[in-house]
Amino acid sequence: MLIINNLKASIGGKNILKGISLEVKPGEIHAIMGPNGSGKSTLAAVLAGRELVEVTEGTVTYFGKNLLEMTAEDRAKEGIFLGFQYPIEIPGVSMVNFMKTAVNENRKHKGLDPLSASDFLKMMREKKELVEIDSKLANRSVNEGFSGGEKKKNEIFQMAMLEPKLAILDETDSGLDIDALRIVANGVNKLKLPDNSFIVITHYQRLLDYIIPDVVHVLYDGRIVKTAGKELALELEEKGYDWIKKEVENNIIA
Amino acid sequence: MNGKSEVTERYIELYKENIDKISGVSSHYINSFREAAFEKFRELGIPTKKNEAYKYTNLNIFFDHDYKSYFMPVTSDFVKAEEFRCDVADLDTHGIVLLNGFYPTINEKLRQLPSGVWIGSLNEAAVRFADKIEKHYGKYAKTETDGLIHLNTAMASDGVFIYVPEGVTLTKPVQIVNLVQSDEDMFNQHRNLIIVEKNAEFSLIICDHTLSPKKFLTNAVTEVFVGENAHFDIIRVQNEHNNACKITHTFIHQEKNSVASSNNMTLHGGLIRNSTYHYLGGEGAESYSYGLFLADKWQHIDNFVNVDHASPHCTSNQLFKGVLDDMSTGAFNGRILVRPDAQGTLAYQKNNNILLTDDAKMDTKPQLEIYADDVKCSHGATVGQLDDDALFYLQSRGINKREARLMLMFGFAHEVIQNIKIEALRERMDNLVMQRLKGELSRCASCMVKCG
Repeated sequence: MLIINNLKASIGGKNILKGISLEVKPGEIHAIMGPNGSGKSTLAAVLAGRELVEVTEGTVTYFGKNLLEMTAEDRAKEGIFLGFQYPIEIPGVSMVNFMKTAVNENRKHKGLDPLSASDFLKMMREKKELVEIDSKLANRSVNEGFSGGEKKKNEIFQMAMLEPKLAILDETDSGLDIDALRIVANGVNKLKLPDNSFIVITHYQRLLDYIIPDVVHVLYDGRIVKTAGKELALELEEKGYDWIKKEVENNIIA
Repeated sequence: MNGKSEVTERYIELYKENIDKISGVSSHYINSFREAAFEKFRELGIPTKKNEAYKYTNLNIFFDHDYKSYFMPVTSDFVKAEEFRCDVADLDTHGIVLLNGFYPTINEKLRQLPSGVWIGSLNEAAVRFADKIEKHYGKYAKTETDGLIHLNTAMASDGVFIYVPEGVTLTKPVQIVNLVQSDEDMFNQHRNLIIVEKNAEFSLIICDHTLSPKKFLTNAVTEVFVGENAHFDIIRVQNEHNNACKITHTFIHQEKNSVASSNNMTLHGGLIRNSTYHYLGGEGAESYSYGLFLADKWQHIDNFVNVDHASPHCTSNQLFKGVLDDMSTGAFNGRILVRPDAQGTLAYQKNNNILLTDDAKMDTKPQLEIYADDVKCSHGATVGQLDDDALFYLQSRGINKREARLMLMFGFAHEVIQNIKIEALRERMDNLVMQRLKGELSRCASCMVKCG
C-alpha cells in the first residue's frame, strides 16, 4: 500500500527527516512513537501533502503511484486521511457544509453522483452515532469553540465520513481524558476493515492498549531507530526513551 | 483656506442656485435649519484627507465633478420606479420603492400600516406630524467636523419618514428599495427620519440599486430615534455600479434598555462611505454595528463607526469585515467613546480584512477614548491573507484548493451575514456573496444594470 524509501525532508531549511524507510501493507496498523521533536508530525505532514515541508530526497509510493507528486486534495481522494494533532478552527464554515463538500468531492473522484441532502444527513447521523460525537457539534462551525476532546472526536468523525484506505492519526490521543480516549479508540476499531491501514502516531503507550498495532516503530532524530511488534510499546512505557537514545548513540560510536 | 477649496465652492454655488427652489417645496420647519447648516458647511467644506475621519478616503474623485443635475423629483420620474419589484423569494415585507432617495409623489404620500405605523414622505410628514418632526428632526445628526452632514441639512428636501408608535411590534420588516436613475450625471441628497417609540419593535431593510450607467453621487442622512426598551434593526444592502458614490450618515439615538443594530452589506459601488453613529443615551442600552464589504477593481469602501457610551451599563459591539481583490482599497475607523459617567460599559470592536492581491490595500484604525473606570473594552484588527493552515485542513479532506479558498472566504463573510435576523434576507446575502466570490454576477435578478 505505502512504501516510504529513504525519505528526507526539511522545514525552512532545517533537516527534520533524515532517511525514513517504512512499508505499510493493507490491513496493518503501524504505531510510530518517539520523543518530542523526533519528526513524527513532519512525517505525517509529508504524507498528507503539506507544502510547508520540503522533500529533499527519497520516494513515497502509494498503491504504485508517486505520492509526492500528488496534491493534498488528490491524496485525500485516493484514500489518505490525516487526523490533525491540532485541528483547525474555521469560523463561518459549518460542519455540515464542510463535510458535504468533502464527501461529494470524494464521490466525484470515484465517479459517483453527489449524495442527496437526505442521504447525506442520514450518513451524518449514522457516523455520529458510530463515533459517539455529540450531534450538536455538527451544527456548529468547523471546530470553533470545540474543547480539545471534541476536536479530536471530530477528527475521528471526519474519518468515518470519508472512509479512508490509509489513516494517519497524528497524536490523536494527546490531551484526551480516559473517556475521550476510549471513544476515539473505539471509533478507530469500528472503522478498521480487513483492507484498510492505520499509522498511529503517539507519545504514549496508553492509546495502544485500545488500538493494537501490528508493528511499532521508534522515530528518533529523523530516523526510525527501532522496529518491533506491539511489545515494544510496553517496553517504552516502562523504560522511557533514554535507553533507545543511548543505543543510538552507542551504535554511532561503534 | 479652511476647507474652501474649489471643490467646496462648487457646492456653495449649487446651494445658491437651488436654495429657492428647495425651500419652495419644503416645509417651514425643515427650512428653518438650512441657513445655519449652510454656514457650517461653508466653514467646514467637503472633507479632505486632512479631516481625521476621512483620512483614507479621497472624496474628490466624485465631488470634483460637474453633475448636470441636482435631483429634485417630479411626478413623471416615478413611473419606472413603480415597476420595480424585488425578487428575493420569501422576503415578506412592507415595500417602498424610492427614486434617488425620494418617496414617490404619485400615490399617497403617507401611508398607514397595521397598528398605526406610518411610512411616507418626510416633507409631507413635516406638515401632518409637525409635533413629531419638531421633536426629532435635526436632533441626532450632530457634527462639528463633517461638512457633508451640514450640506445635507442645508439642501435635502425630502426622504423617508417612518413612525412606529409606542408598544407596536411590526412583524414584517419595511423594505426600502432605493433606485438611483437619471439620464445624466447626478448628485442627490435625501434625508430620512425614523421614530421607534418606547417598547416598539421594527426592522428596516434598505436596498440600493443603480438603474442607469451614469455617474452618481448620493449624500444621505438618516436619523433614528429608538425609544426606551424598543428594538430596531437597520440592514443596508448596497449594490450599485462602480461609477456611483454613496455616502450615508446614520445616526441612531438610543434610550434606556433599547437594542439597536446596524448592518451594512456592501457588494458593489465605486466609492462607498458609511458612517454610523450610535448614541447610547440611556442606561442598559445595547448597540450592534456590523459591516461586510467585498471589493474589487478600483472600488473604495470606507466604514466609519462612532459609538458614544453616554450612559452607564450599556453594551456595544462592532464587527466589520472586508475582502479586497484586485487594486481595491478600504478603510475602517471605529471610535468608541466612553464618557465619565458611563460606568459598567462593555464595548467590543473587531475588524478583520483579507487581501487577495498584493495591490489591494486596507487601512484600519481603532480609536478608543475611555473616561470611566469600570469598563470592559476590547478591540482587534487584522489585515492578512487567507489562513494557510485552514486551507490545508480543507484540502486534506479532498476539497480542491479553489473550492477551499471559496469556503474560507465565504465563512469569513458569513460571520457577519449570520447576524441578519431576517432569514430570507440572510439566505439571499449568502447567495449574493457566494456568487460574488465565485466571480459571477451577484446582482439582484430584476435589476437592469450590471453592477461591477
